[in-house]
Formats: sequence, structure tokens, C-alpha cells
Amino acid sequence: MSSIGTGYDLSASTFSPDGRVFQVEYAMKAVENSSTAIGIRCKDGIVFGVEKLVLSKLYEEGSNKRIFNIDRHVGMAVAGLLADARSLAEVSREEASNFRSNYGHDIPLKHLSERVAMYVHAYTLYSAVRPFGCSFILGSYDKDDGPQLYMVDPSGISYGYWGCAIGKAKQAAKTEIEKLQVSLNLMNVEVQEKLKLMVTLLVCQMKEMTCRELVKEVAKIIYIVHDEVKDKAFELELSWVGEVTNGRHELVPKNIREEAEKYAKDSLEEDDDSDEDNM
Amino acid sequence: MEKRCVDSQVKGVSTGTTILAATFDGGVVIGSDSRASIGGEYVSNKVINKVIQVHDRIFCCMAGSLADAQAVTKAAKFQLSLHSVQMEAPPLVIAAASVLKELCYRNKEELQAGFITAGWDSKEGPQVYVVSLGGMLVRQPVTIGGSGSTYIYGYIDAKYTPNMSREDCLQFATNALALAMGRDNVSGGVVNLVVITHRGVERVVIPGDKLPKFHDE
Repeated sequence: MSSIGTGYDLSASTFSPDGRVFQVEYAMKAVENSSTAIGIRCKDGIVFGVEKLVLSKLYEEGSNKRIFNIDRHVGMAVAGLLADARSLAEVSREEASNFRSNYGHDIPLKHLSERVAMYVHAYTLYSAVRPFGCSFILGSYDKDDGPQLYMVDPSGISYGYWGCAIGKAKQAAKTEIEKLQVSLNLMNVEVQEKLKLMVTLLVCQMKEMTCRELVKEVAKIIYIVHDEVKDKAFELELSWVGEVTNGRHELVPKNIREEAEKYAKDSLEEDDDSDEDNM
Repeated sequence: MEKRCVDSQVKGVSTGTTILAATFDGGVVIGSDSRASIGGEYVSNKVINKVIQVHDRIFCCMAGSLADAQAVTKAAKFQLSLHSVQMEAPPLVIAAASVLKELCYRNKEELQAGFITAGWDSKEGPQVYVVSLGGMLVRQPVTIGGSGSTYIYGYIDAKYTPNMSREDCLQFATNALALAMGRDNVSGGVVNLVVITHRGVERVVIPGDKLPKFHDE
């Protein structure tokens, strides 16, 4: 992968001779070690799905949430160092709350993601602090502006997306993905590639989907991406915001989540049956 | 607008003005008289403008101390222009009203200024907001303020209907201001009206001799 930046990687205030800030890149590696979170935008809302690895059977179910409510209309799914992510969720909440206090209305998501990205970027400028080791996806729904999805990474950049993934299966190049056709043979493809392809197939269809349909597809992607060999048990965290929730960001209700998980597991079995070789 | 009399101990002294804003079908009309007086005895300015533009389609009328009101509107205009550049969109009327409200509320000990904010935005259409002296913010379909407003509460209550046509609303506003100016000694001059719709902004000035006359004039 990338070369070891000997001597140029000790602080975020140092460039390497080839123009890289290694500390920021190392922060992004911290995100890549974390399990996957995805966010997808459809016709009438956003759905978040997180593959929450359960490290101990003693954990209470539903603890260590990775999806946060930032404002009543904004949700955030995170990947990377969870403590860093929690601190940024608090920053985002203050930003949204101050906006509402000053301007009397809900903060537009583009503005919120720019403000939080600016905050994250500030931590990449000094040697006294380290960059945040988390990426996060922000999503919101407004009846006038529609659904919006933004992703912020440790370098402090924010982009708007139709669909994005962070964590072990981080989506790299959008263009090559969009070129892919709808019907593809998914055999003998690595997990990362597979996730990219899955999300691409969805890009074609998802612009027309509703949230209810999308929830099942998101669950399916998480189940497909989950590596049964390396990682053991996981909990699927699902949340949505859209017309179906009247613009409020909420965790998906239990019955709908169970229905989505069932669909995901059934599709996996179908895939397994039809595959010749093992992935 | 009155300069506060040196020996006046009363806080919240009524201002020598009449201001008004009303929504109609597709827009709002905001207007005021044009008299500035000192001590209720001397007209210092016959044609002062009390309707200030804070953004492309958002105007506000000042009540209270002229100095305080001007300072607040200047600060609000700056904040709104920065806000709209950051948002890459014109500010909502509620955002403008909230900015004024925050300034009035946070500095209520030092300031004596209230506002009527009116405008049009693409989200909620035409709106009128009142920011009172202490910093209360409330939305209303029609509202009046200033010392001359006391004489026309009855007229407003009786004659205002929501979703009037543009012409009816203009006539309504002109009549209301003329009636107030006719009875309040510290309101007078010309009637300054601004009509705001999605198409844009139109200023209407009605000089004293063209004002509607009532039975006793």
C-alpha cells in the first residue's frame, strides 16, 4: 500500500517530500480498520446501515451505538475510532443547535457538513493535536430540499453522495463504479470490489426506490460485506430519515429491521446456492 | 422618531412613528410614515426613511430609538449577507427576524429598539414577523407599531382579511397609515410603502396631498 513515511510522519504539521501529510493518511487507515457503515440516498429519504461487530457476549444489546441523532432531521453514521466519533457527534449537535438558535430554522445539511468538516480539518494543521480517526456520513431529509447525504473524512473534506460506504469497504473511485453495468457476474470478486459493485447496482435503481425498499437492500449489503471468517458476531444497526418518518431521523422499527434482516439472510442463501466457487 | 427627552424617566417611551406590515395573496406590504420629531414639538425630518432593506426580499421597519434601530439593522444586514453567501441561497425571512431578535434579546439592557420584519422566501412565501423591545419574536399575518398605531387597531381588526389582492392590500395599508397620521401628532409626512413578492420589490411613495381624505378633512 503506501510507503512508510520515515521522519515525515511524526506530526500533522509536516509535509513529506512528495506532498503528503502522513498523519492524515494514518488517520484514514484507522477508519479502514473499522467495520463498515453505509448510507444510501433514495427518492424520498436516507437509510443508514452499520455492521456493528460485537466483541464480547457480555455486551448489552444495542450498546455502543454507531448511529447518532444530530438534530431531529439529521442522522450520522460513523466508522473509525468510536471515541473520536462521539466527540464529533457532540460538535455537530452544537453546530446544529446554534444555527437553530441564531436563524430560527433547521440547519441545511450542506452547511452542517461544511462546518463540521472545517472543524475536523483544523485538527490536521497542528503538531500539538492529532487528526480525528473517524469518518462519518451525515444524512437528512427536508420536504423542500429532499434527501441529502454527505460524508466527511479525517482530512476535513466533505462530499455529497447518492450512496457511500466507509470502513473496511471504503468506496474509492466513484467514476469506475458508475460505468459498471447492471447485470454483472459477482463471482470471484474480493469483498471490497464486491461492495463497490453492489453499491453501483443500487445507484441505478436507488434513485427510484422508496425508503421501505431501500432498507432491505442496505441490510443485504451489510450481510454480504460481513466477513464470517475474520469477524464473528455482529449486530445490524439500521436507521432512516425521510418521508416515511416525516423528516425525523429514527432507528428503523424492530419489525421492519427484522424483516430486512430476513430478506438479507434469504438473499445470501440464494447467492450461496447459485455460486460455483466460494468467495 | 423621537430623541429621548433628558428629563423623561419612563423606559419604553412610545416612539413618534407609525409602522405597519400586512401579508396578501402572493406577497407582503410593509410601510411607515416619514416624520422624525424632537420632543413632540419640532419636526426634525419630514421625509425620513424608516423602511430598511436587510436583504433582497427582506425589509424591516424600525421602532424605538433611531440610533439603536439603525445600529441593529446595520449589524443584521452584515450578518445576513455573510449568512446568505455561506448558504449559497437567499436567507429565509425567519432567519432575518431571528438575527434581529438575537441582537435585541442579548443586548436588551442597552437597547431600545423593536422591529417589524417582512419579506418573501421560497420556503414559506410571504411572512411578517414582529420583534418586540425585549426580544420576543412572533409571526403574524398583519401587525402595526409605533405611537400612531394605537389609533388604528380598530381599523386593522375590522378591515384586514387574509389573502387580499395586491391592490386591496395597498389601499388597506395606505388608509391605515393615513388615519394614524391624521390623529397622531408625531406621525406624518408621506407614506412609504414597499411591496415584496416572488417577482421582486416595488417601492410606492404616496405624498401628503395624495393621501385618502376622510369625512372630516
